[in-house]
Amino acid sequence: MSQAADTVDQPNITVTATAQTDSATPKTKAKARGVSVFYGAKQALFGVDLDVMAHQVTALIGPSGCGKTTFLRCFNRMNDIVEGCHVEGSIVVDGVDIYSKQQDVVQLRARIGMVFQKPNPFPKSIYENIAYGPRIHGLAGSKGELDDIVAHSLERAGLLEEVHDRLDTPGTGLSGGQQQRLCIARAIAVQPEIILMDEPCSALDPIATAKVEELMDELRENFTIMIVTHSMQQAARVSQQTAFFHLGNLVEFNETGQLFTNPRDERTQAYITGRIG
Amino acid sequence: MTDLIENTRADSPMLQKRYRAERRFRAYGIVAILIAIAFLGVMLISIFGLGYTAFQQTEVKLDIYFDPDVIDPSGERDPTTLSTANYQSLARNALRSHFPEVTGRREKRELHGLLSRGASNELREMVQEDPAIIGSTQTLWLPASDDLDLLIKGQIDTALPETQRQISDQQIAWGLALQADGLVERNFNHRFLTNGDSREPELAGIWGAMVGSFLALFVCFILSFPIGVMAAIYLEEFAPTNRLTDLIEVNINNLAAVPSIVFGLLGLAIFLNFMDLPRSAPLVGGMVLALMTLPTIIIAARAALKAVPPSIREAALGVGASPMQTVFHHVLPLGLPGMLTGAIIGMAQALGETAPLLMIGMVAFIVDIPQGIFDPATALPVQIFIWADSPERAFLAKTAAGIMVLLGFLIIMNLSAVLLRRRFTRRW
Repeated sequence: MSQAADTVDQPNITVTATAQTDSATPKTKAKARGVSVFYGAKQALFGVDLDVMAHQVTALIGPSGCGKTTFLRCFNRMNDIVEGCHVEGSIVVDGVDIYSKQQDVVQLRARIGMVFQKPNPFPKSIYENIAYGPRIHGLAGSKGELDDIVAHSLERAGLLEEVHDRLDTPGTGLSGGQQQRLCIARAIAVQPEIILMDEPCSALDPIATAKVEELMDELRENFTIMIVTHSMQQAARVSQQTAFFHLGNLVEFNETGQLFTNPRDERTQAYITGRIG
Repeated sequence: MTDLIENTRADSPMLQKRYRAERRFRAYGIVAILIAIAFLGVMLISIFGLGYTAFQQTEVKLDIYFDPDVIDPSGERDPTTLSTANYQSLARNALRSHFPEVTGRREKRELHGLLSRGASNELREMVQEDPAIIGSTQTLWLPASDDLDLLIKGQIDTALPETQRQISDQQIAWGLALQADGLVERNFNHRFLTNGDSREPELAGIWGAMVGSFLALFVCFILSFPIGVMAAIYLEEFAPTNRLTDLIEVNINNLAAVPSIVFGLLGLAIFLNFMDLPRSAPLVGGMVLALMTLPTIIIAARAALKAVPPSIREAALGVGASPMQTVFHHVLPLGLPGMLTGAIIGMAQALGETAPLLMIGMVAFIVDIPQGIFDPATALPVQIFIWADSPERAFLAKTAAGIMVLLGFLIIMNLSAVLLRRRFTRRW
């Protein structure tokens, strides 16, 4: 692995150690080991090792086609639905390998939620959008409980104030930024442990982006967040850990401040200064 | 060499040539459309021009004396006696009372020929419904025979020599005399819309064929829609892509193009000869039509599922819905309008289909209105085929009217497909 060669003197343990400066007692939420992804005969990821810290935002950056989204989608096995895609290596979440035979994919996706690049609310009411997840997982015992979950999720996503009087209107009628926050509310309504965000702001204007970023920082209290982003500024603003991918390899993984101010790999240096990518 | 500036000037030869080419192309398009409209116009005018007369029926006004001596001499009102009595003579007597000079046997027969044989059926039904009218005299409009009907509608060339037409000079004279007295009138032909088929054109109706078509389509829909939708869902959402599914897909597309008579032969061999299902029954007709419609529905349903954006599937899977929940809670509701549209168009195709029905015996002469899917029946297009084949001149108008009814149903079905699509298509 090129990454191993480049950072011989900086093994993952060191990275983990630097991360501890941010929060009092962070613990590893998920461990990826030797994750390789193939689309048919084409290999898209080459043996990625990465530790995700609980209650932190981990940003994945890199030029287009570098495999960062592919890697993100490994965590809730969204790649399973892609024709001809297969994953090697292991991802261990809370001590359990999610790629083991015993792991139920549907339950996994309830534990690890996802927010997509383009806002994709269901063509149903705002209420139904959020109530759907809790309902299929039996999280609410009564209508009242469900109402509470919906209100609480919207509140957490910072959307309640804007939509509380029109919960029965279609979710698709909201603005782009509101739709994306609705999708975030939908994801947190299932009370996942990890939220995966795949370029959540790429379709949003700066104001909506700022709102979502603010939201991420608040959500970090209760959830572990992984975000794929094209914007290095965004990664620098919202994340505590940043991983830089290039051509399917994890080039560098470090505390965000470290990675941007003092990159160890020259490819990282080249990317953050705008020479590649 | 001319430069670009030169070529973009409004009067440059190149630009003029392009404008001419565009005008020419538009003219071709307009001509093509006009030709198509002209053909359609000719077809509709010829059908409607003839067909509308079938919605009217010449009737003769007669004072019928329900003679107790003829209907029920014993006075017991026994249902069998009431149903077998000679009602024909009641109507004939009433008609003869207008022409007391007619006495000879041949003349009488000719005079009776002005009145439909169906007149007696109507009198019988009245008596059976209410036996109390026996002994009274009622003024009734009874159906005229097809010959008198054609005469009144002006469809008989009276200038022809007598031997070359169905109606004799004598009958024409009587008919015109009745008309002069106001005893003959063209009324709305309710019989056409409520009767089954008949050998007498003036009594033949489309209702039997309509019920037959409805029953067959009902069976067809019940079979083909669920099977087609399920097949489409499996192929589109769950089936792995491999040689087998490719083969299935090619075959489905092929089946959609197979001539319908082949499905008829299949139905004959399997449903009738092997499974021993009743001949001429809407059940078998519906099953054969379902075979024919299935590929259409599967293709339409798959297209509808394909049109559902993948982001909706991802969203559902992302919150932890199982693949089945994803399909049934999200994808299917979004695809359903498209599926229904496809199904309705498939049904409209099935409604107009004749060939497979000929093979399984739905081409019989059936007078009774079918009461269920096991009764012998015909269907609308087959009825049109039968009438078109009949020698009586009056069936010509019936044929055209049958086509009008069929066209009406096709328009209704296709319109509802369009409305359904408009009404339920959701934006996302």
